Order: sequence, then C-alpha cells, then structure tokens
Amino acid sequence: MTSENKARGGYIQRDRGWHPPAYAPTYKTSITRSPQKPLLSLSTTLSEETGPVFDDSILGPRDNDLLHNYAADGASAIGPRIVVYGQVCEQSGRGVPGALVEVWQANAGGRYRHKKESYLAPLDPNFGGCGRCLTDAQGNYEFRSVLPGAYPWPNGVNDWRPSHIHFSVFGQSFAQRLITQMYFEGDPLIWKCPIVNSIPSQEAIENLIARLDMNATIPMDSLAYRFDITLRGRRQTYFENRREGL
Amino acid sequence: MKQPLDYLHETPSQTAGPYVHIGCTPNFSGIEGVFAEDPGSRMVNDETLGERITIRGSVYDGTDTVLRDALIEIWQADAAGLYLSPQETRGQADPNFCGWGRSPGDMEHGEFSFETVRPGAVPYPDGRLQAPHITFWIVARGINIGLHTRMYFDDEEAANASDPLLARIEHRQRVETLIAKRDSEGIFRFDIHLQGDYETVFFDM
Repeated sequence: MTSENKARGGYIQRDRGWHPPAYAPTYKTSITRSPQKPLLSLSTTLSEETGPVFDDSILGPRDNDLLHNYAADGASAIGPRIVVYGQVCEQSGRGVPGALVEVWQANAGGRYRHKKESYLAPLDPNFGGCGRCLTDAQGNYEFRSVLPGAYPWPNGVNDWRPSHIHFSVFGQSFAQRLITQMYFEGDPLIWKCPIVNSIPSQEAIENLIARLDMNATIPMDSLAYRFDITLRGRRQTYFENRREGL
Repeated sequence: MKQPLDYLHETPSQTAGPYVHIGCTPNFSGIEGVFAEDPGSRMVNDETLGERITIRGSVYDGTDTVLRDALIEIWQADAAGLYLSPQETRGQADPNFCGWGRSPGDMEHGEFSFETVRPGAVPYPDGRLQAPHITFWIVARGINIGLHTRMYFDDEEAANASDPLLARIEHRQRVETLIAKRDSEGIFRFDIHLQGDYETVFFDM
C-alpha cells in the first residue's frame, strides 16, 4: 500500500473526559441545553473525514487586523495593543495548513458590539470585534487586536468572565471542527470563571491560556501572546479501511 | 525508560457563548463592512447541479424553548454524492457547490434556514452505501462542546431502512429524530431537541 493509503485512517476519538461535559451545572445555561442521553460513538466516515476548503479569495487585507478593520481611516481601536499568534496542528504535532481561524471578542472595556449586549461599558466606535485568517503552509496564524476587558455576566450575581478571545477553527475535516476560548497568562479571573471551570482538569484549562511572548512583541507598539491550537488527528494504520468481511 | 507515545491533547472546547454571531456571521449581527459576506450564507449558484431543496428548523432546549442564539452549520455531499474536499478521492465534486453552510437562526424566532441541493449517497467505510444525509453541527451559549448530528430525508424510506449508521441506533423510536419531514410547501423541516422525550440523537464521531 502507498503512504497515501496510510494517511487515510479515521479520526482519533475525542477524549470526552478532557473536554468540558455538556452538563456543567455551575454554568447554568448548560443545564437545559445539554443532551441527557448518551452520545452514539462511531468511527468516522467520509462525511466526517471531509470538510470545506477556504482560500485567500474570501479574505480582505485587514481581516486579521482588529485594530483597524472596523476603524475610521487613520483611526484605530482603543486599548492595550496585542499580537496573538500560534500554530494550528493535529494531535500528531503536524501543522495544519489552510485552516480558517475566526476570532471574536469584547473591546478593551469588556463590551461586545451586539444588539443583545447590555453591559454599561461603552462601545468603541473604532472596534468591531471580529477577525479571521488562514494558516500558512506550516499551520501558523497571526492577528492583532486590543486586550479584551473582563466583564460581568448573569450566572451567579457576581460572576465575571476573564479577558478572553473566542476562536472558531476549521481543520481539513468536519470531524476537527472546534470552537474554544483563549485566556491570558496571569489573569486571576480565569480560575474563578464557571465557564472555564466546566473543564475538568487544571492541565486542560492551562491548554487555553496564552503565554506572554516578549520575543514576539512589536517594540514600542504591541505585546504578543502565543496560543497554539491542537485539532483531532487521524489514525495512522494500514489496516483500517477494510471492506466488509475482510 | 519506555519509548514515549507523544500524542498531543486536542485543545479543549469552550462554549461559543451568546455573541458567536459577531465572529461567525458579522454582517448578520450588524457589524458591516469588515467581511464582504458572511461565510456559508450562500451554498448554491445558478450553475449548481441537482434538486434544489430548502431546510428549515429550530433548536429547542429542555423546556421546549427555542434557542435564539444558536449557530448551525451543515456539511454535505453534492447531488452525485461527492464531497468538495481534498480528502475526496472518488471523483471531482461539483465545483459550483461547496457543501458547507452556516445559518445563525432568525434572531427573533430562532429558525435556521438553508438553501441547498439534495445530496447523493456516500459510502460507509465498509463500502455499503449510506442513505443520503447532511451533517449538522450546533453551537450556542450553554453548549460546552459542539453537538454533531445528521439529517436524513423522509422520502428515502428504503435507503434509510438499510442505512448502516441508522442501524446502530439501539432505541429504534429515536431514529425518527434524525429524519426531516417534507411539509406542504415542499420544505424539509428538521427540528433539533437538546433534551426531553424527543431528544435528537447526537454523535460522538
């Protein structure tokens, strides 16, 4: 068999004990939105092993620049300027090229630009809060923005979200589809957040905490945070794609 | 020391939260001028091959309340049963049909909607044909990890009856939760129930 055959094994099953469970009662909204019957566990098929392809043609020049992509000409968003970068790879460690990474976040005051948002912190007229990019041939991505503010939310009477950026990631197959949130090193609110604490282990939570990287800063301009993302990997075996009965 | 087995952990999931539309469908959420159009909002064009269909539905929580802040994505084969994906090795899929759609759901009523084509049949790993189906992925505030399910068609009775994946569902009355019903206007209705007697079958695949 060729190495191409070898690369076409099914996807490694998700470790459901590593991810947050659907039902996490300290995050109250999950109580009525969590399936209660067992998930049906099956090996992936072609329907999960394929996925949409995105190319540069959908991207605009400022899609990954949240400082400027909603700002008036000559203006930029208010707040501490940051670069966020990292690599998207599979569980084998191999980089994933061409992965669409979409991000959204609150402004520096902790306010989202959204009709249903009612926090009293003001909108920034020069900040929309969305961006996207495609990973390069090695799986690297990069965008610039402002450090999002913390904000209160209705769960307990005094629950606060730590500063965070939402990430939506497409790999090379629909089985790898992932939405998550990135947190910032050193933020004491991380460990008090019911959404963060829906994740069972400290080790897994630390996986979502971006590190300050002084070697990647832009001097006199922006601090930098590194956030690597790991998507599900494929099994590497010659013996997987048997016909029925073989 | 034993040889290490160095697999990385998958990045843990977190809820998409109440503002997922800012990042995934910004034009829909009122943030205009950043992206030319919301990704996944147009699945077909005039050249797309196959029978045009409309799919609509709502997502219900455990109190039977419709979610108004969900994001629904679908992924499907073209009319000939081919995926427009580098992982597709059986042939060239219709270049005028990307197979992926994303719907934010109506902000007032929560109803999602897709204008697409009826997919052809795709083989199971053992070579048997699966019934025509569309993969669904649902995220929202309160959903800690994206929910994966499939939609089948009520007018494909024979194919559904011999489908190798549907055959794996132990509680047979639950198969119905995966079958979209064509209404009097020709629209396929596919409602998703997160909990309760009609809880949709969700997959760990």
